[in-house]
Amino acid sequence: MSAIDPVTLAVIQSGLQQVCNEMDLAFVRSAFSPVISEALDRSDGIYHRDTGELIAQGDLGLPVFVGTMQFGTQAVIERARDLRPGDIYIVNDPYLGGTHLMDVRFNKPFFYKGELFAWLSNTGHWPDTGGMVPGGFSANATEVEQEGLRLPPVKLYKEGVMDQEILSIILSNIRVADQRIGDIKAQAAALNVGERRLTALLDKYGVGLVEDCIKELKTRAAQQMRAKIATIEDGIYRGEAYVDSDGVVDEPLKIVMTVTKQDGDLTFDMAGSSPPCQGPMNSVLATTKSSIYLAMKHIFPEVPINAGTFEPLHINDPDGTFLYAKYPRPVSGCAAEVSQRIAEAVFDALVPALPDRLFAAPAGTSGNFALGGFDPKQGRAYVMYVISGGGYGGSMQGDGLTNGCSTIGISKSQPIEVMEQRFPVLFDEYSLHEGSGGAGKSRGGFGINYRVTLRRGTARASMVMDHGRTGPRGALGGADGGVNKVVVSRDGEDYRPPHLSKDQDIQLVEGESVRVSTPGGGGFGNPMQRDPELVALDVARGYYTVEQADDLFGVVLTGEPRQVDAAATAARREGASSAAAE
Amino acid sequence: MSETIVGVDVGGTFTDLILLEPGSGGVRIAKVPSTTDNQAFGVLSALDSAGATLDRVASINHGTTTTTNALLERKISRCGLITTQGFRDVLELGRRTRPNAYGLLGTFVPLIPRELRVEVPERMDADGNVVIPLDEAAVRSAVQLLVDAGCESLVIHFLHSYRNSSHERRAAEIAAEFWPNRYITAGHAILSEYREYERGTTAAVNAAVQPVLHRYMDRLQSELKDRGFAHDLLVMQGNGGSVSSRIVAETAVNTVMSGPASGVMAAAATARAAGVDQVITYDMGGTSSDVGLVQGGVPQVTAEMDLEYAMPIHVPMVDVHTIGAGGGSIAFVNDAGMLQVGPESAGAMPGPICYGRGGTKPTITDANLVLGRLNPDRLLAVDNPVTVRHVREAIEREVGAPLGLDGDAAAAAILQIGNNRMAGAIRMVSLARGHDPRDFSLFAFGGAGPMHAAALARELSIPRLLIPARPGITNAIGCVTADLRHDYVNTVNAPLAELDIAEAQAILSAQIDEGRRTIDREGVAVEQIDFLHFADMQFQGQTHMLTVALSGPDVTLEELQRGFDEAYWNRFEVELPEIRAVLVNLHTAAIGRRPEIELSRLAGDEQTESVDAAKTGARRVWFEGGWQDTPVYDRGRLPRAGRFAGPAIVEQLDCTTVIEPGNGVNVDPLGNLVIEVEE
Repeated sequence: MSAIDPVTLAVIQSGLQQVCNEMDLAFVRSAFSPVISEALDRSDGIYHRDTGELIAQGDLGLPVFVGTMQFGTQAVIERARDLRPGDIYIVNDPYLGGTHLMDVRFNKPFFYKGELFAWLSNTGHWPDTGGMVPGGFSANATEVEQEGLRLPPVKLYKEGVMDQEILSIILSNIRVADQRIGDIKAQAAALNVGERRLTALLDKYGVGLVEDCIKELKTRAAQQMRAKIATIEDGIYRGEAYVDSDGVVDEPLKIVMTVTKQDGDLTFDMAGSSPPCQGPMNSVLATTKSSIYLAMKHIFPEVPINAGTFEPLHINDPDGTFLYAKYPRPVSGCAAEVSQRIAEAVFDALVPALPDRLFAAPAGTSGNFALGGFDPKQGRAYVMYVISGGGYGGSMQGDGLTNGCSTIGISKSQPIEVMEQRFPVLFDEYSLHEGSGGAGKSRGGFGINYRVTLRRGTARASMVMDHGRTGPRGALGGADGGVNKVVVSRDGEDYRPPHLSKDQDIQLVEGESVRVSTPGGGGFGNPMQRDPELVALDVARGYYTVEQADDLFGVVLTGEPRQVDAAATAARREGASSAAAE
Repeated sequence: MSETIVGVDVGGTFTDLILLEPGSGGVRIAKVPSTTDNQAFGVLSALDSAGATLDRVASINHGTTTTTNALLERKISRCGLITTQGFRDVLELGRRTRPNAYGLLGTFVPLIPRELRVEVPERMDADGNVVIPLDEAAVRSAVQLLVDAGCESLVIHFLHSYRNSSHERRAAEIAAEFWPNRYITAGHAILSEYREYERGTTAAVNAAVQPVLHRYMDRLQSELKDRGFAHDLLVMQGNGGSVSSRIVAETAVNTVMSGPASGVMAAAATARAAGVDQVITYDMGGTSSDVGLVQGGVPQVTAEMDLEYAMPIHVPMVDVHTIGAGGGSIAFVNDAGMLQVGPESAGAMPGPICYGRGGTKPTITDANLVLGRLNPDRLLAVDNPVTVRHVREAIEREVGAPLGLDGDAAAAAILQIGNNRMAGAIRMVSLARGHDPRDFSLFAFGGAGPMHAAALARELSIPRLLIPARPGITNAIGCVTADLRHDYVNTVNAPLAELDIAEAQAILSAQIDEGRRTIDREGVAVEQIDFLHFADMQFQGQTHMLTVALSGPDVTLEELQRGFDEAYWNRFEVELPEIRAVLVNLHTAAIGRRPEIELSRLAGDEQTESVDAAKTGARRVWFEGGWQDTPVYDRGRLPRAGRFAGPAIVEQLDCTTVIEPGNGVNVDPLGNLVIEVEE
């Protein structure tokens, strides 16, 4: 096997990667849904013809799809019949290797010279797939049927021709159907780009050589992941994370993550996590596994992704927990929220083992907010989505990033000016969530505040967010980041959702508003060791108050403009450390 | 009056100059080290080196990296912001992104720190209606606060000012009453497009570099005046055109990224003169390479450039993509036992091993040296010459040993993988956007571009290469070929079905008027003023835009619809009659045409009678089939219409061109090498 020369191996590796990157590019540039074109909520890859194992995946894909698409492709392979060139399957069943219903997968058998060579697959997040709330993020669904249309693997394209009957079933069951045809064509066109490029690669190098390289690359990726894992000391590491509630029962859901490093591999066990829940915060197995893969990719970003990358990572099926949901458990929260909490539990477990690579917990919520109503001026119904970011955790390298996107995403937010053009709202505020960065030697980054007021008509607000009960965890002595807050001003009163971060169908009339504050990142290291001058600068910038500088960081500021009182600070910190020692 | 014209471009390492004397037909060239702290010294020394008599020079067109460097190194002016109440953090919060898709590390520092961002009560809605009137007293106290805080420049950035700029204009008027200088930037005046982060950042970039550019131009101008220069000093802009130094600082942001733009402009002008109008330009430098696309003889222009992570600069610029591979890209073997080339670079310090500045990590340049492509006696930037043997041993140790290859084979592997990576990156930013490589020529320049071009063209299935007469000073040539250019963009954002076409026509007319006024104000001689019009369009519900060229200001709905349908089909091969098209922006480029220069003069006048007579020797050079004895030619002596076949090496002072076995070379009437590449 080692007969492949190193140049050819590297060239074919980049050739396969290029096929995927070009699919990503084609999909994102022609997609309609801003969730795909701006938020980049999609992914494209090449999968093994028999096993469905990942061969290569686009660099520009949404991180949460790192592992899921191979499970989804496997589920299609098991059910596929009578494959012909030009066929494309469509599927969004979460329990068949998926995430939530909104992530719609296309799988195309790729034939080279009449033989099945591989599968080309992609996933795109559709803005709506039907169900009880626009957008699909119901905060209190209790079964999957309430969440939207569920498609088993069916051939949407048969030998290159779209099946108009299947299309009409789909379009009859989703909202804003008129624009979806653009996304469907874009999603299929991306696979066609992949088909052309992969054909060119095989024309140039031949099937035998490319297949040998694929096998070799898998071995090499496993080798590289093992080399990274070798930097972790043997032992058992435990981490935790909490989901505020499932949206139906107001109790926190706990994730227990036990990571064992032994014999060069890592084993992930989630025993002790909460049982399946009534509301939509269950995770399907594919998403649970993918979240762990994603976390490892965040820790070791330089390792390329193929099936070999995952070989040294063993994941015990979390039977009997909410992390292994089965039909008909509702799952709309799994991709956007639970996945991030799983990744957080992995970070939390491994931060003591890899303090120079890891970081305190990031805000970790997608902050889904939907406002649906009728605009009397434009005479039409609308749904406005706001997906928000928060602070990242501090690290040995420095303070956390402010207003980063979700752990599982790589998206951009919608400009306020664009939203105000499209919807009958006015934003009164879009600001930094002061004080939300968790205190630490390196502090967390800050979340944001926004307040949106309805200008015309009536509307219903819904939200699926998290970290309303507890902030993102600090690490190695750092404090937790600030929590997510939602305040609805209506009828002259302030209303706070009972579940804090999740609610549905809050009625609003003209002039009423919703204010959201998103979490800050966790602090890293003892805040009493933070450079007092940095704390003084943070105060000058209004990130923290003078009182917070004292309480959280033990820094005493005096005078105008405020200066560090070195003696008082030293005494204050001395007192804090002896108090801690007691 | 004298007609001598000068183009001078400041690059990272060298300042390049070209001087043309139309009367005598003389061409003079200079290449001197750049002086980074004050680029004027390098410019003056280049003028001296070329023996320029400044009182006889009619115009100097200057490409400077002053603003780009100031931004990248954050050596910018202290800048204050006055903005809409509730929105002072827009410039810090960005678009909710992170620096890398994987890994949750990295930071972002806003151009204007939070303590210098002040809010005032005022608000427009998306239709341009006043929701909250401007609180003028609050503006006054905000201005005072920022003056007291020692700000040198000021940005006024209000929501929806692209729709109704009256609040921004009034606030700027108030500020002008007691701001100590003229460095006041109103957001809408730089960019009248929606998206508050991008517009605000573009305005902040302008304000941040305005004083820096102004001071530099003042210094340079007075130095030139002292030496007798009395005519037009022009400055290159990112849009590929130039602007009079008299007004350049008003819109300083337009000079960012002007270096790469002038290279592409020169490439387009050269290719047009050679009768080629579909070109991919490739400028390979030390740490990175720039790729541009020329279609129909015209460089692509974009208004969506990011100078670095989260620093969008949304003024129209020549669409140049920087890829992270250059001569200094480092080769290493990773944990998987795979050979990687880049993205890490040895930079200028310590640089490749062969520069003798202490570099120990093998780079692409080192591989070129070992493989006989670079002439070891002619390395320009070398301090302490290092032997080829030393470099080969280092490559064998660092890369060869882990892969089981000897030094030569390891160098060959570095070169092949480096070329493969560069080809992939070039594809992503050019051909992968819906183009057929067979329609294109690869125009390679910069010190290293022509060394790799043949291999890249082969990888990309591009059939033809064009190597200009003076690849090493292409940016300076871009300066002398540049016209004056000013771009105006206004957001419309209306579905075609609801568009008031008279309003669209009025916007284009107003853009024409403004362009004409600006060019008049510059006082620079132009032969004529041309106007190019474009529409940025999308389907309703989409966020990405396609640009459609318009025939003139009297645009019709039919023309917009048809142009968009065609552009969409060409790009995506998808038809969507079901969905409505939206006109997002209208864009006019006002171009003050400057006298054309004769490019054929660049080839010089040392041509010999035959190709053989231009031969200076031969050496062993490695190609994919192995080592071959390869003739070496002197570029300046190759005769016009000369023909020869690869393998061959063509050398000139600052550039080496590698011609692969099977390539056919033809020297065209302008002195360009036209190389047919065999796949």
